[in-house]
Amino acid sequence: MSKPLTLFDKIWNHHVVDRQKDGTCLIYVDLHLVHEVTSPQAFEGLRSAGRPVRRPDLTLAVADHNVPTTDRRLGITDEESLLQVETLGRNCAAFGIRYFDMGDIRQGIVHIVGPEQGLTQPGMTIVCGDSHTSTHGAFGALAFGIGTSEVEHVLATQTLIQRPASNMRATVSGRRGKGVAAKDLILGIIGQIGTAGGTGHVIEFAGEAVAELSMEGRMTMCNMSIEAGARAGLIAPDEKTFAYLRGRPLAPKAGVWEMALAYWKTLPSDPGAIYQSEVTLDAGAIAPQVTWGTSPQDVAAIDGTVPDPAEQADPRRREAMERALSYMGLAPGMNLRDIHIDTVFIGSCTNARIEDLRAAAAVVKNRHVADSVRALVVPGSGLVKNQAEAEGLDRIFIDAGFEWREPGCSMCLAMNADKLKPGERCASTSNRNFEGRQGPGGRTHLMSPEMAAAAALAGRLADVREVV
Amino acid sequence: MQKFDTFSGVAAPLPIDNVDTDRIIPARFLKTIKRSGLGAALLYPLRYHADGSERPDFVLNQSHYRKAGILIAGENFGCGSSREHAPWALLDFGIRCVIAESFADIFYNNCFKNGILPVVLPKPEIARLTECAGRGANAIFTIDLAKQEITDPDGGTLTFEIDPFRKHCLLNGLDDIGLTLEKAPAIATYEQAARRTRPWLFK
Repeated sequence: MSKPLTLFDKIWNHHVVDRQKDGTCLIYVDLHLVHEVTSPQAFEGLRSAGRPVRRPDLTLAVADHNVPTTDRRLGITDEESLLQVETLGRNCAAFGIRYFDMGDIRQGIVHIVGPEQGLTQPGMTIVCGDSHTSTHGAFGALAFGIGTSEVEHVLATQTLIQRPASNMRATVSGRRGKGVAAKDLILGIIGQIGTAGGTGHVIEFAGEAVAELSMEGRMTMCNMSIEAGARAGLIAPDEKTFAYLRGRPLAPKAGVWEMALAYWKTLPSDPGAIYQSEVTLDAGAIAPQVTWGTSPQDVAAIDGTVPDPAEQADPRRREAMERALSYMGLAPGMNLRDIHIDTVFIGSCTNARIEDLRAAAAVVKNRHVADSVRALVVPGSGLVKNQAEAEGLDRIFIDAGFEWREPGCSMCLAMNADKLKPGERCASTSNRNFEGRQGPGGRTHLMSPEMAAAAALAGRLADVREVV
Repeated sequence: MQKFDTFSGVAAPLPIDNVDTDRIIPARFLKTIKRSGLGAALLYPLRYHADGSERPDFVLNQSHYRKAGILIAGENFGCGSSREHAPWALLDFGIRCVIAESFADIFYNNCFKNGILPVVLPKPEIARLTECAGRGANAIFTIDLAKQEITDPDGGTLTFEIDPFRKHCLLNGLDDIGLTLEKAPAIATYEQAARRTRPWLFK
């Protein structure tokens, strides 16, 4: 009998073009996603070397980081942003790459667009010059972020030079309680293993609570596997995956669908496959999570308190915590639920899919955000926005006092006009609470869409279980 | 790519864990279509006050470290985003080598594409080098990639591990793309086979 393999091992083995003696491999890339921030220098490199794009048909570009989320008819007013977005359009035209421009209904955050179009499929290798490419792992695709030099390498050769990762399995057992979302599970895992816990590994999420998640929830989990330092996140494809894909515009069509399906069903890890490391989490024991510091590992249950650096034995960790609390303007021992907020951001590649908007809308329906709070919803794509409007979610949000915006990365990383002012505090459904991430001096608390909605109503961090 | 064989320079101690790429180069500086000019914004939130004035206590603002060519950091350096603007900013400032207890994967990869040598050393050795680096302008370190050796200001040496292929590329300043294009026949063979076994990936 052949050696049992993990999902990662199988995808890897199917994509090796060349293997050097030292184990370095040349890996074929099935899908290359491109956006405006990390690609201009790569196209410039191709141009100066006189190299074409090897497989423009396996490449899709979309502008998302810089685009305005207010009235699109006004265009992009920021000159630098405009230049980046226009450069992407010009590069796509010159190199024959499909491009969803700002006026296209399919435009949106690159990691929301791929799955939505049915481009993201099990068993694929997917790369993008963006660390949250890990999102696509939810479909059982090996998907990871790369730098701009590697973007150029993939454009020119459709391959990447890589060494295999180690396998880690994160098993989430039990069932989530009321008000507990996929975001809470991944924040719980990051809190447990830390932001370097997954370094050098691909994390396969498994267990009852993961199988039970929708595709949207699985994408949220895989999206943040980079926040645990992992190269990628993976979830075995199953009937939910296949049902999600069937009929999507760029999914395999009738004729090859059955063949694709048969292949996809061979991908899940074999019984007895070896994982170099294992972590476990009990979904039933997890409460809704919020971050209190400036790293995604600085996370606690909403019914807890701000931790005390004085209780830290490691001096460098203590110093980092003190710096984080000073930046965040928090004192040790404070109840997390006493932390007042100024802004609520529901959006990002982590939590701007239709299910996320439904979950937040269910909390704010027939209620109103606190007077002191500025709240915005930024749908992940034009199609998510359309769908939400068809379901009347836009009315629910607007009636509750939210701003209803156009799709893009927006306040997740504040490259467009959506940013926090120094000292402002935000309940955010995004993925990073680093210093200045949502604007210089801005303070970010990460949480699920349900929890961000509850915070909007209360004007402070709140336990969604007490609202619904 | 500029090659890296030996390098001598002042090392700036930055004994902080989890220096993320948003700190190395905040997102608002990524609105460029060039690789150059990012050095002025390197480590912006650590280097500058909100009004743009320098924080005099920060290491790179102290006179003997303004021309530092080496950075000595803690664990998980470069975590977060995939932005290659992070190594571009380091390079533009003049940093050719980062020595740390550990690195985040994507950042580590990106260094090699830009002629920057990332070196991983155990905690006690980092602590000793950090202490040496604290002596300022007279604390010149020399890194010899071929020998995989660091010479500290007192003449002591220590060795480090590095992947042989990456070492080879860095020593010779090799262009990855050029190397891979030599394997174009293998790529074409792979594509032909994939077209048969996974035809849905082809138009």
